[in-house]
Amino acid sequence: MNVGIVIVSHSPDVAKGAADMVRQMVGEEVPLAWCGGNEGGLGTSVADIIAAIDRAWSEAGVAILVDLGGAETNSEMAIELLPPERQGRVAVCNAPVVEGAVVAATEASGGSSLAQVKATAEELSP
Amino acid sequence: MSVAFDEPMRRKLVQAVADAVIAHAEELTALDQAVGDGDHGLNMKRGFAAVLADLDTIAAQPLPKALHALGMTLVMKVGGASGPLFGTLFMQLGKSLPEQPARADAVTAFAAAVDAVKARGKSDVGSKTMLDVLAPVLAALRQGTDLPAAADAAAQATIPMKALRGRASFLGERSVGHLDPGARSVALIVRAVCGVLETGA
Repeated sequence: MNVGIVIVSHSPDVAKGAADMVRQMVGEEVPLAWCGGNEGGLGTSVADIIAAIDRAWSEAGVAILVDLGGAETNSEMAIELLPPERQGRVAVCNAPVVEGAVVAATEASGGSSLAQVKATAEELSP
Repeated sequence: MSVAFDEPMRRKLVQAVADAVIAHAEELTALDQAVGDGDHGLNMKRGFAAVLADLDTIAAQPLPKALHALGMTLVMKVGGASGPLFGTLFMQLGKSLPEQPARADAVTAFAAAVDAVKARGKSDVGSKTMLDVLAPVLAALRQGTDLPAAADAAAQATIPMKALRGRASFLGERSVGHLDPGARSVALIVRAVCGVLETGA
């Protein structure tokens, strides 16, 4: 089973757009979910991120791509609120959200481990 | 501290903190419009409105569990990074405090909570954040000096600081000259808690 990808942006349009790019460029073999916005405005929500991790869940783990600071803080909080057996299998990638999602999904589609997926995405951040 | 943290006291504390934040929502939003994305007041108000909606359930639990429940509500309802940051503050207090804390317990627990916020925000004192009030409040708590005064002074002291964390850091030098909204929120919460504890002791 391939590593899943979660895209978290302050903007639902950005998150959905990045997910569309992943689907078109990488295909369907990677579990993928996105979330963005909060209460009808821009922002991110811990509850939405937990739900997205659940939708993209894979026994191989889930890599999360985030945009601005609050998306990262909320994603880290979301990971800590997961069941203990899942916590160690989710990682936030320090990478640009759009390019990172495509590169991470490409790496994941080849059956790479979560650590490999994260490392490849993070090559984008010098 | 000879305060009994029974159900009426827990209710008073939660109500006072929520009321203080909600009453200052517009001020917090105005502060955030100067240096951030202008949603801090609205987000905090939404979080504490959810806390008040759950007041019966929260206040019915022993202090550690009540604080954890309050923190979790903020995490889930505030939105933005303030949710996890303020949520972590209360959740760690809940983890560290006994059901009937004495003064020494408060110092230890508050120190742990400040460290937890540092870890959550990957930040430290001097970056123009809520930590610039939390750390001086911890110092005042250790020394036994006036907490609301220390909190207010520390919040004001963020004005000349340059933001190094959070959305305000995008502004660089332009963040100088503005009071940090997160710092102001902490000062409001500290004043509210102390107000209840002083009258209830």
